[in-house]
Amino acid sequence: MRKNSPLALCFHALFVIFMLAPLLIVCVVAFTPEGYLSLPTRGPSLRWFKAIFDYPEFIRAFRDSLWLAALSSTVAIMLAVPAALAIARHRFPGREALTTLFMSPLMVPHVVLGIAFLRFFTQIGLSGTFLGLVLSHIIVVLPFALRLVLAASYGIDQRIEHAAISLGAGHATVFRRVTLPLILPGVVSGWLLAAINSFDEVTMTVFIASPATVTLPVRMFLYIQDNIDPLIAAVSACLIALTAGLLIALDRLFGLDRLFVGTGKG
Amino acid sequence: MSHLVLEGLGKSYGSAVAVEGLDLSVERGEFVSLLGPSGCGKTTTLQMIAGFVPVDRGRILLDGGDLVAVPPNKRGLGIVFQSYALFPHMTVAQNIAFGLEMRGIDKAERETRTLEAMALVGLKGFADRYPRRMSGGQQQRVALARALVIKPALLLLDEPLSNLDAKLREEMQSELRQIQRSIGTTTILVTHDQHEAMALSDRIVLMNQGRVEQIGAPDAVYGKPASAFVASFLGKTNVLRGTGDGSGAVSIGAFSLPIAGAGAGPVQLAVRPERLSLAAAGASGFEVRVTSRVFQGAHWLLTADSAAGPLILMRHNDGQPVPAEGETVTLSFAPSDAALLAPGDAR
Amino acid sequence: MNRALSQRATPYWLTGPALLVFLGLVVIPLAMTVLLSFYDWGQYKGIVPEFTLKNFHEIFTDSYFFEIFLRTFRIAVLVTLFCMLIGVPEAYILNRMSPAWRGICLLAIIGPLLVSVVARTLGWALLLGSTGLVNQGLMAAGLIRAPLEFMFTETGVVVALIHVLIPFMILAVWASLQRLDPQIENAALSLGAGRLTIWRRVILPQIVPGMLSGGIIVFALAASAFASPAIIGGRRLKVASTLAYDEFLNTLNWPLGAAVAVLLLAALVAITVGSNRLIERRYAQVFE
Repeated sequence: MRKNSPLALCFHALFVIFMLAPLLIVCVVAFTPEGYLSLPTRGPSLRWFKAIFDYPEFIRAFRDSLWLAALSSTVAIMLAVPAALAIARHRFPGREALTTLFMSPLMVPHVVLGIAFLRFFTQIGLSGTFLGLVLSHIIVVLPFALRLVLAASYGIDQRIEHAAISLGAGHATVFRRVTLPLILPGVVSGWLLAAINSFDEVTMTVFIASPATVTLPVRMFLYIQDNIDPLIAAVSACLIALTAGLLIALDRLFGLDRLFVGTGKG
Repeated sequence: MSHLVLEGLGKSYGSAVAVEGLDLSVERGEFVSLLGPSGCGKTTTLQMIAGFVPVDRGRILLDGGDLVAVPPNKRGLGIVFQSYALFPHMTVAQNIAFGLEMRGIDKAERETRTLEAMALVGLKGFADRYPRRMSGGQQQRVALARALVIKPALLLLDEPLSNLDAKLREEMQSELRQIQRSIGTTTILVTHDQHEAMALSDRIVLMNQGRVEQIGAPDAVYGKPASAFVASFLGKTNVLRGTGDGSGAVSIGAFSLPIAGAGAGPVQLAVRPERLSLAAAGASGFEVRVTSRVFQGAHWLLTADSAAGPLILMRHNDGQPVPAEGETVTLSFAPSDAALLAPGDAR
Repeated sequence: MNRALSQRATPYWLTGPALLVFLGLVVIPLAMTVLLSFYDWGQYKGIVPEFTLKNFHEIFTDSYFFEIFLRTFRIAVLVTLFCMLIGVPEAYILNRMSPAWRGICLLAIIGPLLVSVVARTLGWALLLGSTGLVNQGLMAAGLIRAPLEFMFTETGVVVALIHVLIPFMILAVWASLQRLDPQIENAALSLGAGRLTIWRRVILPQIVPGMLSGGIIVFALAASAFASPAIIGGRRLKVASTLAYDEFLNTLNWPLGAAVAVLLLAALVAITVGSNRLIERRYAQVFE
């Protein structure tokens, strides 16, 4: 492997600054002691972080977002595991079409999905309900879950399951004792990626959220539409810190490149 | 009643026939090898016995009962897979105990039997090791112990040694043979390695293109191949063209010898290279011209041209002079060393 | 026989639940949206389920809508081009780093993907606002006298979208770089090629498929992006997705909003599927 030239490293440094600058500025501005947007030139203050607690709608939206992410990605993974096993193991008529259908939420713009769900839920009376949010999020996060479980399923030697069958294990036992443990890394990372995507989703959710059930990103989006102030910077800073912590944990556990790049071929 | 009987077993994938009309009887305690090139149907046959491939035609009788309708997890057969197929998330002991657990055997007995099985295959002290931290040979032993611990009615071995290096393979061959003898489990081995089949089996089933070519003891199949395919697949062989006189004698040039069953006109004889000998001066034989000579340590390999067609012969490196390239020598062989090939089977 | 039959049915049992969910929650809602786009609407009568081409006629004839669609397309093309221009060399540099450094840099580059797009765009609003860091820096350096306008401009939207979408380009190009034989550059060097020639003749042709598939992803996401254009562009600088949002949640003309969404979906499907086909045909041997 040859070394990068100094010029290349300069380019790289500028690029990393470009990637991190908007996140850093949010975190820095969040510490301002002033009542308006400014850099904390008089020293950092936690004033705006404390202010978050005076706005219970952010706290509630955060809690709803967590529930939504957990529920929708759990259901998505429960649908994705059998589907992935079928697609990875069997050659059957309609296999390609089904795969395309299950992956389609990645292709259909989320604005369009949001509109479609708004119309649909209004017709069937689910508009503005938490159930509606969960159902719609299952759809948008399922491709992520499916892709990672699929990658794991392709990797299994089917003879390992045959070995278990020959030793007397029935279908359920083979799945519980052999198949599931073997695809578990894919299931866990698929669930995580699905949960993160559900938590971050804003474009589709903004259409179907109601004042009663609103996710944190939508709450933030609506707030920014009205007004940009240090409070929203403080909320964003919390979110960035949370993501950074999760990211480092994920990197330790799985390796980020495996989580993202290994799935690019699916 | 034989222990295992395959009756007219057949399997097709669409219009492609994988196995056709397979008949085989295996006695209790016998070690039988299914031998043939890849795609000959030997693995499909094993998979049908195991129950992983549905049977299209025929029956599989184990002690008189038909296995075809029995699901694979109720057949109670021990299988060693080519890739070993060990459970990577379980320890050696957990792997071996799995089958016992499926049979609802209590913990105490599970432990004793697992330890016994580990001792049998020489894996004492490996109980808590994970498969990925073991060598190929050790994994092989775990797979064998896992299959044997359930006291299977049949032991099915699918190319079990093909992933081992040559030296280890020979070691495992003799050990496998010894274990099988000591516990007396009826065993079916699938292999494409003729040496393995000959070293291990009581009988060999030679398969080609989904059909059985010949069944017999290794030395019988080797010495008297029933077809040109068997002759060429098992070791090196010469197919010599001769002429039958219609009264049981075949002549190659001036060399004539009695061959039972030979008709009149052109016939083909299979003779092993090591059975061709240099004729003593004045004795009858046929002339060949040596075209090349390769030294192989324990012996010389010679190729030659003759009126009966091109042939190869082996000379032991016993200190005697070896014919040089271009030299013409006289060869002969005993009638009992020649196998008459079926007419029209020329390849 | 029975077992063979049940084995054939297995994949359908396994995919069945997901299929039902997708039929109920993707196919039916999308079909209803397409239907909605052909309905009539009036300020006082609301949605009238009568077939009409009025909405599409309005979009195709009114220059206001044409301008919005053109702007959406222009932004998407610019974002895609810049993502390629920056992302390809960056992926190449990344690929040549030592694994330890690469891990850290990946955290910095892919990490933002996991941060809510709202928080990221807020960062750009803070940076690019008239009192933002970029303007203050440029003025302090004496490069400009009056603050540059980034907020509510296409430039601002493009910059924010590059930031949001460039990780996808880097990942796509990096994936194809990893398939490259590490000795291939040395082989070209030994044959006397210079660094530029190696890039142009050896590296680039092999990563073009990765670039193009990354480009399709970036284009599709840029053309349908919502949060960044809504925050940076505001109400004044509309794109197709914010237009649909306004029709739905402000004007309440749902049929017209649905027609905008249907057109956006149709255009994107046509462009992505079309270019995918083209790439696959052109670079079939590289994909093998």
